[in-house]
Amino acid sequence: MNNNLKVLINGVIKENPIFVLLLGMCPTLATTSSAINGMSMGLATMFVLICSNMVISMLKNVIPDMVRIPAYIVVIATFVTIIEMVMKAYVPALADSLGIFIPLIVVNCIVLGRAEAFASKNGVFASIFDGAGMGLGFTLSLTVLGALRELMGTGRIFSINIYPEQYGSLLFVLAPGAFIVLGYLIAIFNKLQHK
Amino acid sequence: MEFIGIIIVAIFVNNVVFSQFLGICPFLGVSKKVDTAIGMGLAVTFVLTIATIVTFLLQKGILEPFGLEYLQTITFILVIASLVQMVEIVLKKISPALYQALGVFLPLITTNCVILGVAILVIQKDYNLLESVIYAVATALGYAMALIIFSSIREQMALTKIPKAMEGIPIALITAGIIAMSFMGFSGIDQVFK
Repeated sequence: MNNNLKVLINGVIKENPIFVLLLGMCPTLATTSSAINGMSMGLATMFVLICSNMVISMLKNVIPDMVRIPAYIVVIATFVTIIEMVMKAYVPALADSLGIFIPLIVVNCIVLGRAEAFASKNGVFASIFDGAGMGLGFTLSLTVLGALRELMGTGRIFSINIYPEQYGSLLFVLAPGAFIVLGYLIAIFNKLQHK
Repeated sequence: MEFIGIIIVAIFVNNVVFSQFLGICPFLGVSKKVDTAIGMGLAVTFVLTIATIVTFLLQKGILEPFGLEYLQTITFILVIASLVQMVEIVLKKISPALYQALGVFLPLITTNCVILGVAILVIQKDYNLLESVIYAVATALGYAMALIIFSSIREQMALTKIPKAMEGIPIALITAGIIAMSFMGFSGIDQVFK
């Protein structure tokens, strides 16, 4: 259990997928225009990560080595389709604002990366914890980025007013803000890590 | 006129990298040198055009008539992955020179979300085959242009002194942000073509 916990924390801090591993940049930049969007994208990815890690670690002895990558992709794509259909049915507005980035979870390097680097070599429980840890790290980073952009752009976090909207700069909600805020966040993370 | 509109919008107004955020990983990965940026840009143009035609025909010819739209994500990603492999094999046989130039970039393209993204986008936008192809080529040109602009700046940046924590990706992202800001200047010109 202690070991599983270590795997979980590893994904959040030491191997944070965004600030340290720099994986999955496209959804990170595209869906963090507000805290809630960033968080839901993170949760959707976390669901796919946990499920695909679980299934792949269960099937690791059945899948022939030669065709493992296409097999992993099929497993991942299945769960992506499930989450896409669920989101379209229950939270259509959210599914609309995340748009094309839900099906694009398939090509998110984090998911395939963890399948190849962790789930194909470890047991079911450890893989679930790895998926949860990586997913949590991804979700937290996306939420922080989304919250910062929303705060600086519109003066709100999770739609709660912090300061009047006219003092915000819309630039941070638009495309350039995504690049700039993420750039500074990674720089801060680097600085803290090398202290 | 309508086609010119699609082209201008895809290259400048809704540039794949600077406003749609597709293909950022290879954008940051291969943009350290102008040469590799050009190679990657060409490889993406090549594969994106073929992939869009194939997935478009699959969608209209098989998935829609049989009511299998929900299989779109799975089908498209598998088709794209095998297509990239095939292009690699065919290119090796037919044109070794082109293979030499594009070879190293081809495996990277499977995980490039531009390809899957555009394949899904043209279906969502309800384009016909000709419009889809034009959109795909223009998007790829926009991608190549973004890569070349960005890599030329990064080549210069490699020579400047940058704070330790900002080196590499952080400064690259901030640079991309400033380029994205200048690309915002293009917004609105698509109104002319409507």
